[in-house]
Amino acid sequence: MAQHQVNYLKDGGLPVALTTIDKVVNWGRSNSLWALTYGLACCGIEMMASGASRYDFDRFGTIFRASPRQAELMVVAGTLTKKHAEFIRRLYDQMAEPKWVISMGSCANTGGMFNTYATVQGVDRVIPVDLYLPGCAPRPETLQYGVLMLQQKIRRESASRAQKPKRLM
Amino acid sequence: MRAYTPKDNVQKKPYYTDRYWVAPQVAKHDVSSDAVFTDDLEAIKAQFDVLEAYIQVDQMVVIINAADNFGVIEMLKNERAYNQLSEMSAIDWLADEGKFEIFYQMLSMSKRKRLRIKCKIDEKESIQSVEKLFRSADWSEREMYDMFGVIVNNHPFMKRILMPDDWEGFPLRKTYPLQGDEFAAWYEVDKIFGKEAREIIGPENRDPARIDRYDTERFARLGHEVPRGTDISNGEPDTPLVYQESEGVFMIEKFDAEKSVVISDRDR
Ligand code: SF4
Repeated sequence: MAQHQVNYLKDGGLPVALTTIDKVVNWGRSNSLWALTYGLACCGIEMMASGASRYDFDRFGTIFRASPRQAELMVVAGTLTKKHAEFIRRLYDQMAEPKWVISMGSCANTGGMFNTYATVQGVDRVIPVDLYLPGCAPRPETLQYGVLMLQQKIRRESASRAQKPKRLM
Repeated sequence: MRAYTPKDNVQKKPYYTDRYWVAPQVAKHDVSSDAVFTDDLEAIKAQFDVLEAYIQVDQMVVIINAADNFGVIEMLKNERAYNQLSEMSAIDWLADEGKFEIFYQMLSMSKRKRLRIKCKIDEKESIQSVEKLFRSADWSEREMYDMFGVIVNNHPFMKRILMPDDWEGFPLRKTYPLQGDEFAAWYEVDKIFGKEAREIIGPENRDPARIDRYDTERFARLGHEVPRGTDISNGEPDTPLVYQESEGVFMIEKFDAEKSVVISDRDR
Protein backbone atom coordinates (compact mmCIF):
# COMPACT_ATOMS: atom_id res chain seq x y z
CA MET A 1 0.00 0.00 0.00
CA ALA A 2 1.30 3.45 -0.86
CA GLN A 3 2.73 5.37 2.09
CA HIS A 4 2.30 8.80 0.61
CA GLN A 5 -0.91 10.74 0.41
CA VAL A 6 -2.33 11.09 -3.09
CA ASN A 7 -4.05 14.37 -3.68
CA TYR A 8 -6.49 13.51 -6.38
CA LEU A 9 -7.82 17.03 -6.70
CA LYS A 10 -4.36 18.40 -7.35
CA ASP A 11 -2.97 15.64 -9.45
CA GLY A 12 -5.95 15.54 -11.75
CA GLY A 13 -6.35 11.90 -12.56
CA LEU A 14 -9.17 10.35 -10.71
CA PRO A 15 -11.82 13.09 -10.53
CA VAL A 16 -11.31 13.90 -14.18
CA ALA A 17 -11.50 10.28 -15.14
CA LEU A 18 -14.60 9.85 -12.96
CA THR A 19 -16.35 12.80 -14.55
CA THR A 20 -15.70 11.37 -17.94
CA ILE A 21 -16.91 7.96 -16.86
CA ASP A 22 -19.95 9.62 -15.38
CA LYS A 23 -20.64 11.28 -18.69
CA VAL A 24 -20.16 8.15 -20.73
CA VAL A 25 -22.26 6.04 -18.41
CA ASN A 26 -25.00 8.63 -18.17
CA TRP A 27 -24.98 9.06 -21.92
CA GLY A 28 -25.59 5.35 -22.20
CA ARG A 29 -28.23 5.26 -19.51
CA SER A 30 -30.15 8.30 -20.63
CA ASN A 31 -30.31 7.22 -24.24
CA SER A 32 -31.30 3.61 -23.79
CA LEU A 33 -34.13 3.94 -21.32
CA TRP A 34 -35.87 0.64 -21.73
CA ALA A 35 -39.33 0.89 -20.30
CA LEU A 36 -41.36 -1.80 -18.65
CA THR A 37 -44.77 -2.07 -20.29
CA TYR A 38 -47.11 -1.04 -17.55
CA GLY A 39 -50.40 -0.04 -19.10
CA LEU A 40 -52.96 -0.39 -16.31
CA ALA A 41 -55.90 1.51 -17.81
CA CYS A 42 -56.78 4.07 -20.48
CA CYS A 43 -53.42 5.89 -20.09
CA GLY A 44 -51.85 2.69 -21.37
CA ILE A 45 -53.39 3.42 -24.77
CA GLU A 46 -51.52 6.71 -24.94
CA MET A 47 -48.35 4.98 -23.84
CA MET A 48 -48.78 2.43 -26.63
CA ALA A 49 -49.39 5.28 -29.09
CA SER A 50 -46.11 6.86 -27.98
CA GLY A 51 -44.34 3.63 -28.76
CA ALA A 52 -45.96 3.20 -32.17
CA SER A 53 -44.78 4.63 -35.47
CA ARG A 54 -46.35 8.08 -35.41
CA TYR A 55 -44.68 9.21 -32.21
CA ASP A 56 -41.85 6.71 -32.47
CA PHE A 57 -40.28 6.27 -29.06
CA ASP A 58 -37.45 4.19 -30.50
CA ARG A 59 -35.64 7.27 -31.73
CA PHE A 60 -35.03 8.25 -28.09
CA GLY A 61 -33.78 4.78 -27.36
CA THR A 62 -36.89 3.97 -25.35
CA ILE A 63 -37.98 0.47 -26.16
CA PHE A 64 -40.75 -1.28 -24.29
CA ARG A 65 -39.74 -4.53 -22.63
CA ALA A 66 -42.05 -7.14 -21.22
CA SER A 67 -39.74 -8.18 -18.39
CA PRO A 68 -38.72 -6.12 -15.34
CA ARG A 69 -35.25 -7.67 -15.54
CA GLN A 70 -34.61 -5.93 -18.85
CA ALA A 71 -36.17 -2.61 -17.95
CA GLU A 72 -34.90 0.41 -16.09
CA LEU A 73 -37.85 2.72 -16.54
CA MET A 74 -41.33 1.99 -15.28
CA VAL A 75 -44.06 4.08 -16.86
CA VAL A 76 -47.03 3.53 -14.57
CA ALA A 77 -49.80 4.35 -17.02
CA GLY A 78 -53.20 4.05 -15.45
CA THR A 79 -55.22 3.33 -12.35
CA LEU A 80 -53.48 1.34 -9.67
CA THR A 81 -55.96 -0.70 -7.67
CA LYS A 82 -55.29 -1.83 -4.14
CA LYS A 83 -55.37 -5.43 -5.28
CA HIS A 84 -52.58 -4.71 -7.74
CA ALA A 85 -50.40 -2.58 -5.44
CA GLU A 86 -48.57 -5.64 -4.17
CA PHE A 87 -47.60 -6.70 -7.68
CA ILE A 88 -46.37 -3.28 -8.80
CA ARG A 89 -44.07 -3.27 -5.78
CA ARG A 90 -42.84 -6.74 -6.62
CA LEU A 91 -42.15 -5.81 -10.24
CA TYR A 92 -40.41 -2.62 -9.14
CA ASP A 93 -38.21 -4.63 -6.80
CA GLN A 94 -37.34 -7.01 -9.62
CA MET A 95 -36.00 -4.23 -11.82
CA ALA A 96 -32.23 -3.88 -11.67
CA GLU A 97 -30.67 -0.68 -10.33
CA PRO A 98 -30.53 2.03 -11.51
CA LYS A 99 -34.23 2.44 -12.14
CA TRP A 100 -36.64 5.28 -12.63
CA VAL A 101 -40.40 5.63 -12.43
CA ILE A 102 -42.68 7.93 -14.40
CA SER A 103 -46.16 8.25 -12.99
CA MET A 104 -48.37 8.94 -15.98
CA GLY A 105 -51.81 10.51 -15.64
CA SER A 106 -53.99 11.68 -12.80
CA CYS A 107 -54.82 8.17 -11.64
CA ALA A 108 -51.23 7.20 -11.09
CA ASN A 109 -50.39 10.61 -9.58
CA THR A 110 -53.20 10.94 -7.07
CA GLY A 111 -55.85 8.32 -7.69
CA GLY A 112 -57.52 10.80 -10.04
CA MET A 113 -61.27 10.60 -10.31
CA PHE A 114 -61.36 7.24 -8.54
CA ASN A 115 -61.82 8.57 -5.06
CA THR A 116 -62.95 5.17 -3.81
CA TYR A 117 -62.02 2.32 -1.52
CA ALA A 118 -60.42 0.23 -4.27
CA THR A 119 -57.88 2.64 -5.77
CA VAL A 120 -54.44 3.48 -4.45
CA GLN A 121 -54.39 7.26 -4.03
CA GLY A 122 -51.17 7.81 -5.94
CA VAL A 123 -48.50 5.25 -6.82
CA ASP A 124 -46.01 7.18 -4.71
CA ARG A 125 -47.60 5.48 -1.72
CA VAL A 126 -46.05 2.24 -2.93
CA ILE A 127 -43.02 3.02 -5.11
CA PRO A 128 -40.78 6.11 -5.36
CA VAL A 129 -41.66 8.27 -8.36
CA ASP A 130 -39.25 10.45 -10.35
CA LEU A 131 -41.61 12.31 -12.63
CA TYR A 132 -45.33 13.01 -12.50
CA LEU A 133 -47.09 13.67 -15.79
CA PRO A 134 -50.35 15.59 -15.45
CA GLY A 135 -53.32 14.84 -17.67
CA CYS A 136 -56.16 12.44 -18.14
CA ALA A 137 -54.74 10.97 -20.26
CA PRO A 138 -51.50 12.81 -21.05
CA ARG A 139 -50.91 12.95 -24.78
CA PRO A 140 -47.94 11.07 -26.26
CA GLU A 141 -46.12 14.41 -26.61
CA THR A 142 -46.33 14.80 -22.84
CA LEU A 143 -44.87 11.39 -22.27
CA GLN A 144 -42.08 12.06 -24.72
CA TYR A 145 -41.34 15.39 -23.10
CA GLY A 146 -41.35 13.61 -19.75
CA VAL A 147 -38.80 11.10 -21.00
CA LEU A 148 -36.60 13.94 -22.29
CA MET A 149 -36.87 15.58 -18.86
CA LEU A 150 -35.93 12.31 -17.24
CA GLN A 151 -32.92 12.05 -19.55
CA GLN A 152 -31.76 15.45 -18.33
CA LYS A 153 -32.26 14.30 -14.76
CA ILE A 154 -30.21 11.18 -15.36
CA ARG A 155 -27.41 13.19 -16.94
CA ARG A 156 -27.27 15.38 -13.84
CA GLU A 157 -26.90 12.38 -11.57
CA SER A 158 -23.68 10.72 -10.52
CA ALA A 159 -23.18 7.48 -12.36
CA SER A 160 -22.36 5.55 -9.21
CA ARG A 161 -25.76 6.10 -7.65
CA ALA A 162 -26.36 2.39 -7.83
CA GLN A 163 -24.90 2.22 -4.35
CA LYS A 164 -27.67 4.33 -2.87
CA PRO A 165 -30.98 3.08 -4.18
CA LYS A 166 -33.98 5.33 -3.74
CA ARG A 167 -36.10 4.37 -0.84
CA LEU A 168 -39.62 5.18 0.06
CA MET A 169 -38.96 4.38 3.70
CA MET B 1 -82.73 18.67 20.21
CA ARG B 2 -80.81 17.65 17.15
CA ALA B 3 -82.59 15.74 14.41
CA TYR B 4 -81.93 12.03 14.61
CA THR B 5 -79.96 10.62 11.69
CA PRO B 6 -79.63 6.86 11.45
CA LYS B 7 -75.99 5.87 11.90
CA ASP B 8 -76.37 2.43 10.36
CA ASN B 9 -76.41 3.71 6.79
CA VAL B 10 -73.39 5.85 6.06
CA GLN B 11 -74.27 6.49 2.44
CA LYS B 12 -77.81 7.61 3.12
CA LYS B 13 -78.45 11.30 2.94
CA PRO B 14 -81.60 13.30 2.27
CA TYR B 15 -80.83 14.25 -1.30
CA TYR B 16 -84.39 15.45 -1.84
CA THR B 17 -86.09 17.23 1.00
CA ASP B 18 -89.27 18.61 -0.57
CA ARG B 19 -91.98 17.07 1.60
CA TYR B 20 -94.61 17.23 -1.16
CA TRP B 21 -92.39 15.32 -3.55
CA VAL B 22 -93.39 11.77 -4.30
CA ALA B 23 -90.76 9.37 -5.60
CA PRO B 24 -91.74 8.24 -9.09
CA GLN B 25 -92.73 4.59 -9.37
CA VAL B 26 -92.73 2.46 -12.47
CA ALA B 27 -96.31 1.36 -13.11
CA LYS B 28 -97.16 -2.25 -12.21
CA HIS B 29 -99.63 -4.11 -14.38
CA ASP B 30 -101.60 -7.24 -13.76
CA VAL B 31 -100.08 -10.45 -15.10
CA SER B 32 -103.34 -11.34 -16.85
CA SER B 33 -102.65 -8.56 -19.38
CA ASP B 34 -100.09 -10.84 -21.09
CA ALA B 35 -101.03 -14.34 -22.26
CA VAL B 36 -97.49 -15.78 -22.28
CA PHE B 37 -96.72 -14.58 -18.78
CA THR B 38 -100.09 -15.78 -17.51
CA ASP B 39 -99.20 -19.31 -18.64
CA ASP B 40 -95.74 -19.09 -17.09
CA LEU B 41 -97.15 -17.85 -13.80
CA GLU B 42 -99.73 -20.66 -13.73
CA ALA B 43 -96.92 -23.17 -14.22
CA ILE B 44 -94.94 -21.70 -11.33
CA LYS B 45 -98.01 -21.51 -9.08
CA ALA B 46 -98.81 -25.17 -9.72
CA GLN B 47 -95.59 -26.25 -7.98
CA PHE B 48 -94.39 -23.38 -5.79
CA ASP B 49 -95.65 -20.59 -3.58
CA VAL B 50 -95.79 -17.22 -5.28
CA LEU B 51 -95.84 -14.27 -2.90
CA GLU B 52 -96.46 -11.60 -5.51
CA ALA B 53 -96.41 -11.26 -9.29
CA TYR B 54 -96.83 -8.30 -11.60
CA ILE B 55 -95.63 -6.91 -14.91
CA GLN B 56 -93.30 -3.93 -14.94
CA VAL B 57 -91.84 -2.46 -18.15
CA ASP B 58 -93.02 -5.52 -20.13
CA GLN B 59 -91.22 -7.91 -17.81
CA MET B 60 -92.87 -10.19 -15.34
CA VAL B 61 -91.60 -9.99 -11.77
CA VAL B 62 -92.31 -13.03 -9.60
CA ILE B 63 -91.51 -12.92 -5.91
CA ILE B 64 -91.02 -16.37 -4.39
CA ASN B 65 -89.71 -17.94 -1.21
CA ALA B 66 -85.93 -18.08 -1.04
CA ALA B 67 -85.96 -21.84 -0.49
CA ASP B 68 -87.63 -22.40 -3.88
CA ASN B 69 -85.11 -20.52 -5.98
CA PHE B 70 -83.38 -23.56 -7.49
CA GLY B 71 -86.65 -25.36 -8.22
CA VAL B 72 -88.33 -22.37 -9.86
CA ILE B 73 -85.36 -21.57 -12.07
CA GLU B 74 -84.89 -25.20 -13.02
CA MET B 75 -88.53 -25.46 -13.98
CA LEU B 76 -88.41 -22.21 -15.98
CA LYS B 77 -85.33 -23.39 -17.81
CA ASN B 78 -86.42 -26.93 -18.62
CA GLU B 79 -90.17 -26.53 -19.10
CA ARG B 80 -90.80 -22.87 -19.90
CA ALA B 81 -87.89 -22.23 -22.32
CA TYR B 82 -86.24 -19.48 -20.28
CA ASN B 83 -82.84 -20.53 -21.51
CA GLN B 84 -80.63 -17.68 -20.37
CA LEU B 85 -79.78 -16.20 -17.00
CA SER B 86 -78.65 -12.80 -18.10
CA GLU B 87 -78.04 -11.23 -14.71
CA MET B 88 -78.26 -11.96 -11.04
CA SER B 89 -77.17 -10.19 -7.91
CA ALA B 90 -78.41 -8.89 -4.60
CA ILE B 91 -79.90 -5.63 -3.35
CA ASP B 92 -79.12 -4.37 0.12
CA TRP B 93 -82.31 -3.64 2.11
CA LEU B 94 -80.61 -4.27 5.46
CA ALA B 95 -81.32 -0.81 6.86
CA ASP B 96 -85.02 -0.92 5.98
CA GLU B 97 -86.04 -4.51 6.61
CA GLY B 98 -82.89 -6.41 7.56
CA LYS B 99 -82.94 -8.46 4.36
CA PHE B 100 -81.14 -8.93 1.08
CA GLU B 101 -83.18 -9.15 -2.08
CA ILE B 102 -81.77 -11.63 -4.60
CA PHE B 103 -82.91 -11.28 -8.18
CA TYR B 104 -82.49 -13.53 -11.21
CA GLN B 105 -83.05 -11.91 -14.57
CA MET B 106 -84.03 -14.53 -17.18
CA LEU B 107 -84.50 -14.38 -20.92
CA SER B 108 -86.36 -16.68 -23.25
CA MET B 109 -84.95 -16.46 -26.76
CA SER B 110 -87.82 -18.39 -28.37
CA LYS B 111 -90.64 -16.52 -26.59
CA ARG B 112 -88.78 -13.21 -26.70
CA LYS B 113 -89.72 -12.53 -23.09
CA ARG B 114 -87.80 -11.53 -20.00
CA LEU B 115 -88.82 -12.26 -16.46
CA ARG B 116 -87.32 -11.64 -13.09
CA ILE B 117 -87.41 -13.95 -10.11
CA LYS B 118 -86.95 -12.28 -6.74
CA CYS B 119 -86.62 -13.56 -3.25
CA LYS B 120 -85.54 -12.19 0.11
CA ILE B 121 -83.13 -13.63 2.61
CA ASP B 122 -81.91 -12.53 6.03
CA GLU B 123 -78.46 -11.11 6.50
CA LYS B 124 -76.91 -14.30 7.81
CA GLU B 125 -78.95 -16.64 5.64
CA SER B 126 -77.44 -18.37 2.63
CA ILE B 127 -79.03 -19.29 -0.68
CA GLN B 128 -78.89 -22.26 -3.02
CA SER B 129 -76.57 -21.94 -6.01
CA VAL B 130 -78.03 -22.10 -9.53
CA GLU B 131 -74.62 -22.67 -11.07
CA LYS B 132 -75.65 -26.23 -12.02
CA LEU B 133 -78.34 -24.78 -14.28
CA PHE B 134 -76.59 -21.74 -15.69
CA ARG B 135 -72.83 -21.39 -15.91
CA SER B 136 -73.24 -17.63 -15.93
CA ALA B 137 -74.28 -17.84 -12.30
CA ASP B 138 -70.77 -18.98 -11.37
CA TRP B 139 -69.13 -15.58 -11.47
CA SER B 140 -72.31 -13.69 -10.61
CA GLU B 141 -72.67 -15.62 -7.37
CA ARG B 142 -69.03 -15.08 -6.54
CA GLU B 143 -69.47 -11.39 -7.17
CA MET B 144 -72.57 -11.37 -5.00
CA TYR B 145 -70.55 -12.92 -2.22
CA ASP B 146 -67.66 -10.52 -2.81
CA MET B 147 -69.79 -7.39 -2.82
CA PHE B 148 -72.58 -8.25 -0.34
CA GLY B 149 -71.33 -11.16 1.70
CA VAL B 150 -74.21 -13.41 0.68
CA ILE B 151 -73.00 -17.00 1.03
CA VAL B 152 -74.16 -19.34 -1.72
CA ASN B 153 -74.56 -23.04 -0.93
CA ASN B 154 -73.22 -25.74 -3.26
CA HIS B 155 -71.18 -23.31 -5.30
CA PRO B 156 -68.05 -25.04 -6.70
CA PHE B 157 -65.62 -22.21 -5.91
CA MET B 158 -67.00 -19.81 -3.31
CA LYS B 159 -64.30 -17.19 -3.25
CA ARG B 160 -63.99 -13.45 -3.80
CA ILE B 161 -63.80 -12.49 -7.45
CA LEU B 162 -62.97 -8.77 -7.65
CA MET B 163 -61.52 -7.76 -4.31
CA PRO B 164 -58.33 -9.38 -2.95
CA ASP B 165 -58.83 -12.62 -1.04
CA ASP B 166 -57.77 -11.08 2.27
CA TRP B 167 -60.14 -8.12 1.96
CA GLU B 168 -62.35 -7.25 4.91
CA GLY B 169 -65.86 -5.97 4.40
CA PHE B 170 -68.34 -6.10 1.57
CA PRO B 171 -68.11 -2.95 -0.54
CA LEU B 172 -71.58 -2.79 -2.09
CA ARG B 173 -73.39 -2.88 1.22
CA LYS B 174 -74.98 0.44 2.04
CA THR B 175 -73.09 0.53 5.32
CA TYR B 176 -69.71 0.41 3.55
CA PRO B 177 -68.25 3.89 3.10
CA LEU B 178 -67.42 4.80 -0.49
CA GLN B 179 -63.89 5.86 0.37
CA GLY B 180 -63.28 2.73 2.38
CA ASP B 181 -63.01 1.91 6.05
CA GLU B 182 -59.76 1.91 7.96
CA PHE B 183 -58.76 -1.51 6.64
CA ALA B 184 -59.22 -0.35 3.05
CA ALA B 185 -57.40 2.95 3.59
CA TRP B 186 -54.24 1.19 4.80
CA TYR B 187 -54.56 -2.00 2.78
CA GLU B 188 -51.61 -1.55 0.44
CA VAL B 189 -49.35 -0.06 3.13
CA ASP B 190 -50.11 -2.85 5.60
CA LYS B 191 -49.63 -5.52 3.00
CA ILE B 192 -46.39 -4.28 1.43
CA PHE B 193 -44.55 -2.50 4.22
CA GLY B 194 -46.32 -3.66 7.35
CA LYS B 195 -48.38 -1.78 9.90
CA GLU B 196 -45.41 0.06 11.36
CA ALA B 197 -44.99 1.94 8.06
CA ARG B 198 -48.32 3.73 8.46
CA GLU B 199 -46.73 6.67 10.25
CA ILE B 200 -43.96 7.09 7.68
CA ILE B 201 -46.17 6.94 4.63
CA GLY B 202 -49.04 8.87 6.14
CA PRO B 203 -52.76 8.85 5.49
CA GLU B 204 -54.23 8.97 2.02
CA ASN B 205 -54.71 12.36 0.45
CA ARG B 206 -58.29 12.19 -0.72
CA ASP B 207 -58.20 15.65 -2.31
CA PRO B 208 -56.42 15.18 -5.64
CA ALA B 209 -56.47 18.91 -6.37
CA ARG B 210 -54.38 19.67 -3.30
CA ILE B 211 -50.88 20.77 -4.11
CA ASP B 212 -48.35 22.32 -1.81
CA ARG B 213 -46.90 24.85 -4.19
CA TYR B 214 -43.96 25.64 -1.89
CA ASP B 215 -42.92 22.05 -1.22
CA THR B 216 -39.54 21.78 -2.95
CA GLU B 217 -38.59 18.67 -1.00
CA ARG B 218 -40.90 16.44 -2.97
CA PHE B 219 -41.71 18.39 -6.12
CA ALA B 220 -40.09 20.62 -8.67
CA ARG B 221 -42.31 22.56 -11.00
CA LEU B 222 -41.44 22.10 -14.64
CA GLY B 223 -39.80 25.22 -15.93
CA HIS B 224 -39.22 26.48 -12.38
CA GLU B 225 -36.76 23.96 -11.10
CA VAL B 226 -34.72 24.86 -8.06
CA PRO B 227 -32.34 22.77 -5.97
CA ARG B 228 -34.07 20.44 -3.56
CA GLY B 229 -35.33 22.03 -0.39
CA THR B 230 -34.92 25.67 -1.48
CA ASP B 231 -37.25 28.16 0.14
CA ILE B 232 -39.38 29.59 -2.65
CA SER B 233 -41.94 31.52 -0.64
CA ASN B 234 -40.62 34.70 -2.27
CA GLY B 235 -40.92 33.34 -5.79
CA GLU B 236 -38.53 31.25 -7.81
CA PRO B 237 -36.44 31.99 -10.91
CA ASP B 238 -37.92 31.28 -14.30
CA THR B 239 -36.07 28.60 -16.20
CA PRO B 240 -37.23 28.13 -19.77
CA LEU B 241 -38.41 24.67 -20.79
CA VAL B 242 -35.64 22.95 -22.70
CA TYR B 243 -35.46 19.57 -24.32
CA GLN B 244 -31.73 19.37 -23.81
CA GLU B 245 -29.15 21.15 -21.72
CA SER B 246 -28.16 24.44 -23.37
CA GLU B 247 -24.46 23.61 -23.41
CA GLY B 248 -25.19 20.48 -25.43
CA VAL B 249 -24.90 16.88 -24.41
CA PHE B 250 -21.96 14.55 -24.67
CA MET B 251 -22.05 12.64 -27.97
CA ILE B 252 -25.55 13.87 -28.83
CA GLU B 253 -26.12 16.24 -31.65
CA LYS B 254 -28.46 19.10 -30.98
CA PHE B 255 -31.49 19.38 -33.17
CA ASP B 256 -31.21 22.34 -35.52
CA ALA B 257 -34.50 23.46 -37.03
CA GLU B 258 -32.59 25.34 -39.76
CA LYS B 259 -30.92 22.22 -41.07
CA SER B 260 -33.96 19.97 -40.93
CA VAL B 261 -36.03 19.12 -43.99
CA VAL B 262 -39.75 19.66 -43.86
CA ILE B 263 -41.70 17.28 -46.05
CA SER B 264 -44.70 19.23 -47.25
CA ASP B 265 -45.75 16.89 -50.05
CA ARG B 266 -47.13 13.88 -48.24
CA ASP B 267 -47.69 11.85 -51.43
CA ARG B 268 -44.10 12.19 -52.51
S1 SF4 C 1 -55.64 9.38 -15.72
FE1 SF4 C 1 -57.48 9.34 -17.00
S2 SF4 C 1 -56.81 8.33 -18.92
FE2 SF4 C 1 -55.29 7.87 -17.33
S3 SF4 C 1 -55.88 5.91 -16.44
FE3 SF4 C 1 -56.79 7.54 -15.19
S4 SF4 C 1 -58.83 7.83 -16.04
FE4 SF4 C 1 -57.65 6.72 -17.56
